[in-house]
Amino acid sequence: MVRSVVAFACGVGFALGLGLGGMTQPSRVLAFLDVSGDWDPRLAFVMCGAIAVYAPIYRLALRRAVPLCAPAFDLPTRRSIDTRLVVGALLFGIGWGLAGLCPGPALTSLASGEPAAVLFVAAMLAGLGLARQRRTAAAPVAVAGRQTETA
Amino acid sequence: MVIEPMSVWIAIQALLGGGLIGAAAAALLLFNGRIAGVSGIVGGLLPPRQPDAAWRVLFVVGLLVGGLCLGRLVSDPFEGLARTPALVLVPAGLLVGFGAGLGGGCTSGHGVCGISRLSPRSMLATAVFMLAGGATVFVVRHLVGVAW
Repeated sequence: MVRSVVAFACGVGFALGLGLGGMTQPSRVLAFLDVSGDWDPRLAFVMCGAIAVYAPIYRLALRRAVPLCAPAFDLPTRRSIDTRLVVGALLFGIGWGLAGLCPGPALTSLASGEPAAVLFVAAMLAGLGLARQRRTAAAPVAVAGRQTETA
Repeated sequence: MVIEPMSVWIAIQALLGGGLIGAAAAALLLFNGRIAGVSGIVGGLLPPRQPDAAWRVLFVVGLLVGGLCLGRLVSDPFEGLARTPALVLVPAGLLVGFGAGLGGGCTSGHGVCGISRLSPRSMLATAVFMLAGGATVFVVRHLVGVAW
């Protein structure tokens, strides 16, 4: 219960941060990626701001044996640099450069009620689901247990 | 280069926005022990499903509620969204979803949390998707010559 409340609050804060930083405006994201055009550096500031806050708290948090409201930390375990990582990031970057939306801002944009947001999120979930299906087919044992998905 | 007060305010606003993202991600780690990677959080709701759906759903609901409040915080918070053609949105969404699923993370998981954790995987992934995004915009805007 407490964990769900925390997750909700984090979602709200995350969306407000994305909006304040301009990440929910595809025009801004594309202007950031358009280095040879009229470059808008603000997303670099968003990323630096996020890392400046997260990095020290990450280190402090992990000094604890367990999180405040959960039995254990659930951190990414994968270490290998492989084709999947590079090809995945490459495809992700192409899609990001086409529409100027990544998963967090895309879900946040659903609040706009724009059909464009619904269309993008539907396609994004289809793509994400497809990647998960592929992974299950490739390594049924690896996904049988509970594992962290990100990073 | 002339530094105008306006651009200073925009930079401060961007830093504050980033700080808020970092604080939300940090709270998720400190309280729940989880990494705030949006594609990973949402991916766990798709088959093969993770057993812990409640907090994942509530995080997404939080994003939506935050999104609803954005109009009071910034002017035109979704600028550029409505004019993106459907013909672009669908392949872009598929690529973003599939790429994040395959690469194990997106801008939040790799870009913010991963880099903060000094994960070599995340640093490489972030460099690759930034370069790929930049190259895509270059091709679309400057070689093909279209924009939306």
